[in-house]
Amino acid sequence: MTEVTSAHVPSRVVLNQADIDRALTRIAHEILEANKGSQDLVLLGIPSRGYPLAVRLANKIAAADPTVNAGAIVGQLDVTMFRDDLSHQPTRPPHHTRLPLSGIDNKVVVLIDDVLYSGRTIRAALDALVDLGRPRIVRLAVLVDRGHRELPIRADHVGKNLPTSSAEKVRVHLEETDSVDGTPVNEVVIEAGK
Amino acid sequence: MKHLLSTENLVASDAIRILDTAEEMSAVGDREVKKLPALRGRTVVNLFFEDSTRTRISFEAAAKRLSADVINFAAKGSSVSKGESLKDTAQTLAAMGADAVVIRHWASGAPHRLAATDWIDAAVINAGDGTHEHPTQALLDAFTMRRHWSKLSGVASTGADLKGMRVAIAGDVLHSRVARSNVWLLKTLGAEVTLVAPPTLLPIGVEHWPCKVSYNLDETLEAGIDAMMMLRVQGERMNASFFPSTREYSRRWGFDDARLKALDDLGMKDTIIMHPGPMNRGLEISSAAADSPRSTVLAQVRNGVSVRMAALYLLLSGDTREAAPLNTVTPAFASPSSKESN
Repeated sequence: MTEVTSAHVPSRVVLNQADIDRALTRIAHEILEANKGSQDLVLLGIPSRGYPLAVRLANKIAAADPTVNAGAIVGQLDVTMFRDDLSHQPTRPPHHTRLPLSGIDNKVVVLIDDVLYSGRTIRAALDALVDLGRPRIVRLAVLVDRGHRELPIRADHVGKNLPTSSAEKVRVHLEETDSVDGTPVNEVVIEAGK
Repeated sequence: MKHLLSTENLVASDAIRILDTAEEMSAVGDREVKKLPALRGRTVVNLFFEDSTRTRISFEAAAKRLSADVINFAAKGSSVSKGESLKDTAQTLAAMGADAVVIRHWASGAPHRLAATDWIDAAVINAGDGTHEHPTQALLDAFTMRRHWSKLSGVASTGADLKGMRVAIAGDVLHSRVARSNVWLLKTLGAEVTLVAPPTLLPIGVEHWPCKVSYNLDETLEAGIDAMMMLRVQGERMNASFFPSTREYSRRWGFDDARLKALDDLGMKDTIIMHPGPMNRGLEISSAAADSPRSTVLAQVRNGVSVRMAALYLLLSGDTREAAPLNTVTPAFASPSSKESN
C-alpha cells in the first residue's frame, strides 16, 4: 500500500468515494450494453490502479448479470516491458501479468486504467496484448480522461472527463492501493502544477 | 544500478528486487511469444576469456528474450590470442557501441577493473572471474532455493527471503567462485550456510566467512539440511595434490547413492540436491543423485535465464541519458563516477 503524504501543493478533490462508485456502476452497465450481454467478456486491469478498478467493475457486472463469475473474467496486464520511455525513466520493476483461465483468444477484452493522459500506456498495453493472444475486440475503459493525447487513442467508456492543464497532476487514490495518513481513501485529486 | 560485479556488497533489498523481477521474467518462458521488447536497440557483448557453455548460452538467451542484440566474443580465435590487452579489447567494444558487457575472465578482479576504469562506459556484469565471484550463478541458486523454500512454507515467493533455510555447500571451495558468491548472498538473505570440504580445498581465511565449516559430509547431513549444493571438482585448476585419489574424494565428500539413501533414512524428504554444472558424474555426485526427483540441476539452468533477464533489464532499462544515480545505488552496483548520493 502506498502511503500518500499530505502534499504542500494546493489540491482539490474532483471525485469522492460516492462519485467513483457511481461512475464505475455506469461503466459496468455500458460495458454490458456495448457487448450486448456478458458473453466472452474479459476485463484486464493495468497495474497498479487499473487492476483494483477491474476487480470492482467485474463485481458490478456480476451483480448485474448473475451468470457471470467475477473472478473468472478479470485479469491483470503488465505493460512495463512494452513502454516507449524505458530508457528515459528510472528503472521500473515489472508487475505480474495474470490472464483469466479462459485466455484472451477470440474474447472481448476491455482494458481498464485509472487515468487516460498521453495514451502511451494504452499503446504499450495493445502491444503487450498482441504477444499474449488475439482478442476479437479490444475496448478501453478509464476512470478519468484528462486530455492531452499524444497518440490517436480514445476511450470507449469514461468515468469522468477532466479538463486539465498539463502542468497539473491527477492523482487517483484507491483503498486497495493507497492510504492518506494511514487511512485508506477513494478519491481523485487534482494537484496544481509547481 | 550500473554494474553487477559481486554479491558480497549486494544488500538484501536489491537481491530481493532482482529475484522478484526474475519471477516476472520466468512467466515469459510460458507464453506464446517468448520475447519482450524492453531492451530493443541495446547491444550486449558476451566477452568470454574462459570456456563456458551454460553461462554464455544463458546470457545469450536472456538478452535475446529481451530483444537486445547480442555479440559473442570468445578469446580463442580473437585478437586476444595475438596479445591484445583487456584495455584495448574494452575500448574496441566501446567504440562499437556496447551497452552492456558480460565478462568471464580467468583473472580475479577483471570485471572490477573494467567497471572502475573509463575504458568503456557500459554496464558490466561479472559472469565469473577467476576464483573470486560468480554473482548471477548465486542469484539463480538463491532463486531456485527461494521457490522451493516458499513452496514448503506455503507463502508467495515474491518478496520472500531465505530465513531459516539450512544450506550445505560441499566440494572444491578453494577454486569455486560459485561457493564464494553463494556464501555472501545466502547470508544476506538469511540462510544458514555450512561449507563441507577437505581441509586442502578450503581457502585461507575461510574462518572469517559468515558460515560454518565442516570436514565431514555425513555429520553435516545428520545435523539436518534443506538444500545440498555440490561443487564441481575443478580438474583444470588442480595443480597440486589436494586429495589422494578421486575414489577417496568421492567416498568422503561426494554425494553418492549411500548418502542419497541417508536423506530418506533421516526423514529429510524435502531436501533438494543442487549442482551448478557441469557435473563430474561419479566424482562429486552420483548419477542416481543427479537424476533423482530431489535434483534441481535442470531447474537451475531454466532459472538462470530468468535471473539473467532480470539483471540485464534492471541494469539496462534505466535512464541512460544522464549519469544521475538511482535511488538504490549500492556499492555492488555503484558506478565509478557517482558517490552514494541520492
